[in-house]
Amino acid sequence: MMEIELNQKQTISTPRSAPAMSDNNKTNDNLDSFFKPAVKEDESLHGLSRPSLSYWQDAWIRLKKDKKAITSLVLVSFILAFSLLGPFVWTVDPNEQNLNMISQGPSFGSDALIANREMLGELVVDESIPEEPLEEVSPLEATESIEVLGKASTVGVHLKWQPVPGAYNYTIYRNEIQPNNISELGVPLFTTEYANELSYIDSLQLEAIPYWYSIVATDGIDEAMTYKTIEVTPELAYSLDQARAINPDYNIGDSISIGAHPFGTDQLGRDVMARLMTGGRISFFIGFFAPLLYILFGTLYGGIAGFIGGRVDGWMMRFSDFVVALPFLLFMILSYIAFGAGPGESGIVPMMATMVALLWPATARLVRGQVLQLREEGFTQAAQLLGASSWYILLRHMIPNTIGVILVTLTFAIPSAIFTEAFLSFIGMGVAPPNASWGVMSNEGIATMLNTPHELIFPAIFISLTVLSFNLLGDGLRDALDARMRSRE
Amino acid sequence: MKKYIFSRVVQGILTVFFIATATFFAMHLVPGDPLMDAKAMTPEIRANLEAKYGLDQPVLVQYTTFMKNMILGDFGISFTQKNRSVNDIISEHFPVSAVLGVLAILYAALGGILWGALTAKYRNKWPDHVIMVLVILGISVPNFVVAAVSQWGTVNINKLAGISILPVAGWGEFSNMILPAMALGLSTMAYLTRLMRNSMLDVGNSDYIRTAKAKGLKPSRIFVQHELRNSVLPLITILGPAIAAITTGGFVVEKIFAIPGLGRYFVQAVQQLDYTVIMGLTVFYGAFLVFMVIAVDVIYGLIDPRIRLAK
Repeated sequence: MMEIELNQKQTISTPRSAPAMSDNNKTNDNLDSFFKPAVKEDESLHGLSRPSLSYWQDAWIRLKKDKKAITSLVLVSFILAFSLLGPFVWTVDPNEQNLNMISQGPSFGSDALIANREMLGELVVDESIPEEPLEEVSPLEATESIEVLGKASTVGVHLKWQPVPGAYNYTIYRNEIQPNNISELGVPLFTTEYANELSYIDSLQLEAIPYWYSIVATDGIDEAMTYKTIEVTPELAYSLDQARAINPDYNIGDSISIGAHPFGTDQLGRDVMARLMTGGRISFFIGFFAPLLYILFGTLYGGIAGFIGGRVDGWMMRFSDFVVALPFLLFMILSYIAFGAGPGESGIVPMMATMVALLWPATARLVRGQVLQLREEGFTQAAQLLGASSWYILLRHMIPNTIGVILVTLTFAIPSAIFTEAFLSFIGMGVAPPNASWGVMSNEGIATMLNTPHELIFPAIFISLTVLSFNLLGDGLRDALDARMRSRE
Repeated sequence: MKKYIFSRVVQGILTVFFIATATFFAMHLVPGDPLMDAKAMTPEIRANLEAKYGLDQPVLVQYTTFMKNMILGDFGISFTQKNRSVNDIISEHFPVSAVLGVLAILYAALGGILWGALTAKYRNKWPDHVIMVLVILGISVPNFVVAAVSQWGTVNINKLAGISILPVAGWGEFSNMILPAMALGLSTMAYLTRLMRNSMLDVGNSDYIRTAKAKGLKPSRIFVQHELRNSVLPLITILGPAIAAITTGGFVVEKIFAIPGLGRYFVQAVQQLDYTVIMGLTVFYGAFLVFMVIAVDVIYGLIDPRIRLAK
């Protein structure tokens, strides 16, 4: 080839060097004048103006520009740290039950009084008033004022009211919302026997929340249409028996410190925050490992099908179509039973087994498509032409070019697995109590939702936030890693 | 097309057959047997009961009996409810679930088309951003949370209003169906909105829209007759998975709203390990889902000639 080129040069140069044609050496000398050694030019002209970026560096730069994705990444890291590292900081036992603290709202630590009924004082009976009124008064007035005697605590609330002229006796009502008219007074707690009983101690399942007490006078037969209301918020207090169950040295009047429950307690008095942390560990365990396993399997399956191609590919894909058609939940239930997990037993293993067995085809299809496409690409064919082995092509071209797609699939599979775990635990087929998972906690929270919504709201927020941020992160990753999106910009 | 339908139906039958077989053997893999929990059972009584339920036969004989009964449409008798056949349970409770599911799908489809069209019309303006944020929320919040929170919210609204605006549990009146159907359809609606938006954007760039504009058609006519009608077509593809999602979602929603549907029965049967009910309902649900997906695919092929030609 070199020779031909030389000959060509010679022919081109012929007219100019025609006189020296006969002398071969001279011709060569002349030729040399055409081939000057390259002068080292200014390298900066050829150099790269910006440092070269690897695929991952480039993807990271793209991802950083996506505000939603970065916020999600921060959120995901935060929730992960909360459940993985949280239990080292927040060392409350998630399974410790405290029946004094059932379904308490969020609190940041407080002292509780140890109280008994004696601290509330004696019931007031005004001997100057006759047991029955001497004259009829119609209509009856409401009492002028109500006062709280002693210290209002969850052990008891002592109410005293002013006598109403002409009243035979009084009825005490209690409500958890402020009454606007006489039909909203709430639960009738007690009716006094005589007109001179002017106080009442309420100790009926009190909680440290505001109550509205109303007093209505009675003319012996009917209640008056007038009432007087007082708002009382009893302080959290332990009875002596309850306190001595914790420490026998306690006495009346001592105060007992109660741990903080930033997310409140559940219906067995367990700390919701500690349970959210351990529950998060289970949710994340399933959320990470189940998708990891089935995506790995799907990748291998799809990769092999695409790489081998032909009839094997056809049969393998037909089988994956068959698996897609199987209803997931039914097989979940079947494997739950087949694994011998009875009612109320943990279904983590069957859950993961079913996910791995049934959810791989989507990944397999995706990877197969990628591999088929890559096989036809110029760079793969060039590698084959240069004699690269199948392994080399697989490791150098196939895997690096599909890893982005697989990563995106994984990011979307994690929230869907967490979702599935929550759903299965919710219908009683996933993680079983007393172990916590976010789904189990939501399920338990729904039972008491109407009175203490925090037991449902917190796990629900955690599930939703996790799923949301993984979804947004997946969107961002797809935009950052997908080469086709890139060329479009 | 006929060949396609035929092969899909054959595939569907094979799938249901596999589901039934898997169900049967899964039940037999379980250690112990359904009669194990019964108290104070003499060997004679046990033998009698085993003979009654056919449990004394070899597994393969039981399997053939089971499959034969399945083909004849007989799902057996419940273990925990005396003299109640699984067929009774299905015929009594499936209509409830079906009504709820159809309402949820209608709600999801109407909402999805409306919101999707709106986002595409106002692309990259604030209605688009607001709705797309809501869509991601709708996809991310589990349906049991949606159901529970909507129930809780309605209870509080009823309390504030002083009258019952919407009932929060029970079944029978149409007003009972509104909340559960909305809770059940929400995530499907979110998916449909996203799909509708993409589909509208695709159609908006197509040649026939440009032609219609060039002809000087009224924008409203282009929107309704060309864009909307053609954008709705691809939504049918998601209908198969949507039916599956709404069926499984029904399990939860029926439990929360105390609706006497089949899903609630299924969950209950699983929790009580009522074997015949689980087997019967699994096969029933399996067949239902598999053939629904096939029906959706076939209908899509019939409606959209492009798909038919591609096959």
